Amino acid sequence: MTSFQPPADRIWWKVPVGKDELLWIGIALVWCLIMFFMMPYWHVYGKQNISSEAYQTTPAKFQASVDAFVEKYKTGEEKGIPIVSPPAGSDIYLAGRLWQWYPILELEKGKSYRLHLSSLDWNHGFSLQPVNINLQVVPGYEMVINITPDKSGDFAVVCNEYCGIGHHTMLGKIIVKE
Amino acid sequence: MAQFRVCPDSGFYFDKSAEQLMKVNAVAGVVCLLIGGIMALGVVLTRWQTVHLLPADMFYTALTSHGINALIFWIIFFEMAVLYFASSTLLRARLAAPRWAWAGFALMIVGAVMNNVAVLSGKSSVMMTSYVPMQAEPHFYLGLILFAVGALIGCFVFLGTLVIARAEKTYEGSVPLVTFGATVACIIAVFTIASGAIILVPTFLWSIGYISHIDAEMYRVIWWAMGHSSQQINVAAHISIWYLIIGILFGARPMSEKVSRSAFLLYIFFLQLASAHHILVDPGMSAEWKIFNTSYAMYLAVLASLIHGLTVPGSMEVAQRKKGLTKGLFEWLRKAPWDNPVFSGFFISLVVFGFLGGITGVVMGTEQINLIIHNTIYVPAHFHATVVIGTTSTFMALTYLLIPVLFRRGLFLPKLAMWQPYIFGGGMVLLILFMLGAGTLGVSRRHWDMGFTGALLSFEYPGTAFMMMAIGGIGGVLGVIGGASFIIVTVGSLLFGKKLEPSAGILESFGVKALAPEVYNVERPETLARAEKLPVEEHGSSGFEAPGTFILAMLLLVCFVIYYFINWDYLSSVWPMG
Repeated sequence: MTSFQPPADRIWWKVPVGKDELLWIGIALVWCLIMFFMMPYWHVYGKQNISSEAYQTTPAKFQASVDAFVEKYKTGEEKGIPIVSPPAGSDIYLAGRLWQWYPILELEKGKSYRLHLSSLDWNHGFSLQPVNINLQVVPGYEMVINITPDKSGDFAVVCNEYCGIGHHTMLGKIIVKE
Repeated sequence: MAQFRVCPDSGFYFDKSAEQLMKVNAVAGVVCLLIGGIMALGVVLTRWQTVHLLPADMFYTALTSHGINALIFWIIFFEMAVLYFASSTLLRARLAAPRWAWAGFALMIVGAVMNNVAVLSGKSSVMMTSYVPMQAEPHFYLGLILFAVGALIGCFVFLGTLVIARAEKTYEGSVPLVTFGATVACIIAVFTIASGAIILVPTFLWSIGYISHIDAEMYRVIWWAMGHSSQQINVAAHISIWYLIIGILFGARPMSEKVSRSAFLLYIFFLQLASAHHILVDPGMSAEWKIFNTSYAMYLAVLASLIHGLTVPGSMEVAQRKKGLTKGLFEWLRKAPWDNPVFSGFFISLVVFGFLGGITGVVMGTEQINLIIHNTIYVPAHFHATVVIGTTSTFMALTYLLIPVLFRRGLFLPKLAMWQPYIFGGGMVLLILFMLGAGTLGVSRRHWDMGFTGALLSFEYPGTAFMMMAIGGIGGVLGVIGGASFIIVTVGSLLFGKKLEPSAGILESFGVKALAPEVYNVERPETLARAEKLPVEEHGSSGFEAPGTFILAMLLLVCFVIYYFINWDYLSSVWPMG
């Protein structure tokens, strides 16, 4: 009955620590430091990093950017949603709104794009499937990420932040051509 | 005025008002757990795609209610009982300001009821996180605020009781480790509630139209200073209870007071930073901010948990070995009382919290790895390992101890109680493992229909994802059965359990026949003495004190390292971005 009794020694912080604990603390600390330095390491040598480029915006302002982008590069339509084929290296826009990702993007494999992401109403979640890249999309903030699709095919954008009763119908599409 | 009774079984001294407050808080907690558990069944049976029980609106209502009742109300009510126990009972002191404590409890009840009314009306299905600009009804926020104020009062009653104990010299030397850990939980709770007030008060004013706009990102950052920190209260509380349980069951003392207390201290300094885990893929935060915060400044809080991971079972091993269970590496563990739900609940909690909760938490909290995990069902899998197995299982184990000690009742259906930790733990482990798997395949959390019925465009998750959600669903149902068993045993014990001695109190208010009044015949308990000093040679002898535990800890580390790098490898396969 001692874990809930006052320590036996009046000056308990001077009692020597056993070998098991010292060894374990040493090993654990090394592992903690390795994990810590993995993150800056990946920023330098890794290819998948999260951009910290972002701008404050408003739904109206972002909507205007998206509309201009769609008008400029629209090449088709699927189920009423415009398909947009921007040139490689350009700024591309994707808006989350209740309950749609707008527009459909058509990109080229191996080319880089500056993707601007924002929400026109509530929080949404950009979840690119089946690649599995997930980003938070917050109204009032425009996040800019450099992305380089490295596989071709049709990809879905699932909304993975709860956004009301139609949340499960909020699907978008990104087409990557060879 | 005599106001203490001594428990003949445990020797604990109970102050009358502290005892009543512990009882009502524990009972209120269990009622919230019951609501949370019923909602859990609805959630599980809907996400199991072939069953798909609830319509979308009811599903989101159930999910909101499940989160708030199981994660906030049940746990914090119970923690209030733990705080009163760790101060008044363990230090043999009278409770500070019992009237304030009752006022705090009343506020918590009013707040919990108000919030539940808002959610169950179906008009506040905003999830526990209630991210703006999605709006709930005003009494949703007001309920949470009142509940938090009540809890804050409880924290100050706890601190006041520490002051009284010190002033009246009810114990010798320093406070016991368990009380020390509870103090850490209390300090973290005060920080948590302050953060909650900073964000929920303006949000409440916004919901009634006094404030026109709340910045969505600011809300997320400050809300998580409450949301994640509240889970750190649980960590500090349930680890304190682990130390309490090994003390009661095995007579264990910490391997080293210095190491265990320093680890708790690291929690105060660094645990709060983990709020950044939720903001890693949000717009606008710099990489430096994210790396420093998400790693608790170089993983110093993880270090603390790894230390407790060794010292809790290690202290138990040392105590068991002293009793002669010295054969091989694991006789101390093999011959543990596996049929005692206090022990099995605690031990399952310890193992699952470390192996599943701890490892997945660090992995998904790694800045870049969060890209492949954020908002997938991997996230709830992680926190079911930490909060459901970690915290809730521990609180359940403690409840089995409190029924005879605090409520003076024998266990109702002891066989069911014996199996309960295994049913609950086994079911939840199944749920956790398969939700981790489904999350890795990209399945989203908080999502009514993974088949996307009614969407303009189409997408199909791989068949394995559906299978994993189904197996997870079976696990969830088992978990709910385990939870129901707990409720049956506890409520049954209070109503029909064998009376261990004349007792009265909370039961009368539920219309149960009053019994003879309890005997409060102790005016001032004996001063709580220091633990006996150990002979010198037992300190730091040349061999390992707890070799079995050391091997288990190394096993944890190996799993940790392998799983950590597997996830980096997985990350390297997704589209390059930056």
